[in-house]
Amino acid sequence: MQMDLRTVTISPQRQTYGHVARHLGEDKAASRYQEGTIGLQTTGNQHYRPVWDPAHEYFDASRTAVKMADWYAFRDPRQYYYGSYVLARAKQQDAAEAAFDFVETRGLVATLPEDIRTAALEILLPLRHVAWGSSMNNDSIAAYGYGTALTQPALYYAMDQLGIAQFNTRIGLLLADPQALDVAKASWLEDVRWQSLRRLVEDLFVESDWFELMVAQNFVLDGLLYPLVYQTIIDDTFAQNGGAAVAMVTQFQNEWAVETQKWTDAQLKVACAESAENRALIAGWIAKWKARSASALLPIAQCALGDQAESALDEVCEQLVKRAQKAGAVA
Amino acid sequence: MDMPVKKKKLGLKERYALMTRGLGWEPSYQSIDDIFPMDSFEGIKIHDWDAWEDPFRLTMDSYWKYQAEKERKLYAIVDAFAQSNGHLTLSDSRYINTVKLFVNGFAPLEYMSHRGFAHIGRQFRGVGPRVACIMQSLDEMRHSQTQIHAISNYNRYYSGMAEFRHHHDYLPYLQVPKSFFEDAATGGPFEFIVAIGFAFEYVLTNLVFVPFISGAAYNGDMGAMTFGFSAQSDEARHMTLGLEVIKFVLEQDPANVPIVQKWLNKWTWRGVRVLTLVAMMQDYMLPKRVMSWAEAWEIYFEENCGALFRDLARYGITMPPCVEQVRLERDHLSHMAWAHFYQARGTSDFHVWLPSEDDMDWLSSKYPETFDQYYRPRFEYWAKCEADGKPFEATAVPMQCQVCQIPMLFTEPGHPMTLAQRHVHYRDEQYHFCSEHCEEIFNDEPEKYIQAKIAGHEVFKGNAFRPGTDPTAEGFNPAAEALAFFKVEHGRDNGLHHGSHDHRNFEMWRGLAKTND
Amino acid sequence: MSEAGSTVFLALQANDDTRHVIDAIMADNPTAILDPQPAMVRITNRGALVVRRESIEERMGRDYDLQELHINMISLSGRVDETDDELTLSWNH
Repeated sequence: MQMDLRTVTISPQRQTYGHVARHLGEDKAASRYQEGTIGLQTTGNQHYRPVWDPAHEYFDASRTAVKMADWYAFRDPRQYYYGSYVLARAKQQDAAEAAFDFVETRGLVATLPEDIRTAALEILLPLRHVAWGSSMNNDSIAAYGYGTALTQPALYYAMDQLGIAQFNTRIGLLLADPQALDVAKASWLEDVRWQSLRRLVEDLFVESDWFELMVAQNFVLDGLLYPLVYQTIIDDTFAQNGGAAVAMVTQFQNEWAVETQKWTDAQLKVACAESAENRALIAGWIAKWKARSASALLPIAQCALGDQAESALDEVCEQLVKRAQKAGAVA
Repeated sequence: MDMPVKKKKLGLKERYALMTRGLGWEPSYQSIDDIFPMDSFEGIKIHDWDAWEDPFRLTMDSYWKYQAEKERKLYAIVDAFAQSNGHLTLSDSRYINTVKLFVNGFAPLEYMSHRGFAHIGRQFRGVGPRVACIMQSLDEMRHSQTQIHAISNYNRYYSGMAEFRHHHDYLPYLQVPKSFFEDAATGGPFEFIVAIGFAFEYVLTNLVFVPFISGAAYNGDMGAMTFGFSAQSDEARHMTLGLEVIKFVLEQDPANVPIVQKWLNKWTWRGVRVLTLVAMMQDYMLPKRVMSWAEAWEIYFEENCGALFRDLARYGITMPPCVEQVRLERDHLSHMAWAHFYQARGTSDFHVWLPSEDDMDWLSSKYPETFDQYYRPRFEYWAKCEADGKPFEATAVPMQCQVCQIPMLFTEPGHPMTLAQRHVHYRDEQYHFCSEHCEEIFNDEPEKYIQAKIAGHEVFKGNAFRPGTDPTAEGFNPAAEALAFFKVEHGRDNGLHHGSHDHRNFEMWRGLAKTND
Repeated sequence: MSEAGSTVFLALQANDDTRHVIDAIMADNPTAILDPQPAMVRITNRGALVVRRESIEERMGRDYDLQELHINMISLSGRVDETDDELTLSWNH
């Protein structure tokens, strides 16, 4: 039996906000993502130049060499506005919480082969600092970028990376103790295997073009790091060798990387489709940062993969090149 | 294998430290000053960033969990309110004009705050403060979007809200809140966090939120009320951040005290000037009133902040001197403001009306020393003009204060029959101010404030016309062209409430909901 | 005016979730004053206000994480000190 609920019908005068309707091309019902994103940033009539950057206006498209006719041509395929973002992450953190709980209460750490436990600590704990660096760089994009369509997801990325840094910290406490975090920081600062990566991260901190930063950090570095460490090393190699418990507590990182790649690739696609100049810029940036990132990641891969490390790294590099081609990021 | 040793459980503070400040490191491949180039130029000296005490110790996993729960509840109510045509249960359609004021005046400030906190979240070299700031940036994005979403349904049915983004950028009266926040954001990181994190989000926050949110509750606006309560829980975290920043900076070096005092003085003043809009809203725009501006000031500033400034006194911080003037203006502020908006209603995006007899009796009772003496006669005269079919309207472009950008409508503190004006000659130009406090702010940083895009001047300079408009054409009407540029629908967005589309629609729709025809 | 004369307050939404929290706070802070307002309560006390996890759990009948307060908190005054077991608001140094 059909139930027809009736409420009093009154006619709306319009469907959505003016700036949203103009962007959509007509006044039609807009999604929460659209209403919360399109045209949200000030574009004109700015009253004062920043005392900390008088060469630019506060919001200024010229902080990047990338040029767009419409900065809202960018779209997040996940359509994250704040509400949908935290709801998605809450579900994922629930699963992560359950996984940590499972591993802890069933004493699964004690069943880990010692070499896997050691390798996990050796790799994942210094990576807290790399994640924190990624968070800082994405926060830069959120601060100095142009247009809510890009700056909004950049802030979410920054918070995700903080979350990952914190998950890796928890893994350190789970597999060992607070002292292990100190040991990892000492490695990060002094161990020769981490220095290329640390230098890379610190160089990114002073990269002034926020779009280049996005390409270097999000597309290239994270684009190589996540499949290499969380898929190849942990999900494949560790799990197959008695280290499934580690894979359990890094599900978040894996899922996050797969989901976020969709966003990253979609932004590159739009920027490259805009002009040959943008394409050349972006392709150049990818080439510049890929060589450095790959060689910086090699010693870390060797911690877990030994002489398989080079071919594993070649493979993730190949995947990255394919992603770049699909996005049109070829000069 | 040995029995696993039961791990000693880490306390919240220790765990949180590992999860946040433990993530940072001393760089060696780039100089730390190149990585953090902006946190020393203001003269604030920080000797030990590790002395920072994290106010609330929320890790990201907990943040996502609790915020998601708040979002679920919030949107469920926003949806229910929309689906049931909740706006028809409002006390009175005049109330909707407070929603217009809110979406145009305050919602875009949340977005600005989001960007500003993202910026300082990158610039402080201490990890602890950076984490707190990026979390606040995320919260402010929440506020900006939940407000836009909650108000979306009002926009479908009523005017003055569809162009909030454009209006906030260009409409004259909205340059008051816009320039306020841009002033803060374009200042250095320490000034921004004192101005917004402390002065606005701690000292003045209740003066903004309680009137709007209680006003919503009293007048049947469930959507705004829900948003308000939900946002306030984030505000508790923001308040603790603001207080921690002040304490941290003041304790680091005595040289910081006079700098912080100067900012407190400036930002209390600039903040209270923006609150002129809120005072007016409370006293004149809420059909069912919660309390007067004077009463709100007594509770949320005099009582609350009394304890705060007693606490700060040990650092050598004193109550900002401008508070004296705020006290003297307390019983005048809302009346001066509403009188202005009534007569200059042409370039507004919300409707106005004259207070009724009942309204004026309430105002008399709340302002026994000022309302009948200085303001009632004006309103009664204008009521007579309306009754005669010639509602009074000011058509000239008002002179504006160069700093707060409010039209020069304030009277001298203690002399309510004398218009307050100050002038400064700077680099071949004459600048005007509503008060000694705005003048002082200008004199401290004239190169900053001469940049301001004073709306009246922009019109006269020809910057408030659409591209391609020809001022030399036959029949050119600058007022109409300016309104077109501002995207104000003349006769619909502006003007008197009575007889407006909003008023007539509301009555008609409510009638539909109540009668059977 | 003495430091102890400064009041602190905590404002919470008044709903089913906070019922036990409010009871616990009033029990643990004998001089606190409860001020009910539409859909919320304001609890004020001179000097300091303490929220204890154990007291809440006793009344609620389940484990309680003090950070759950974030969901229903509206406003507060005073310096915050947060541990796993207690949340304290005070103006005392």
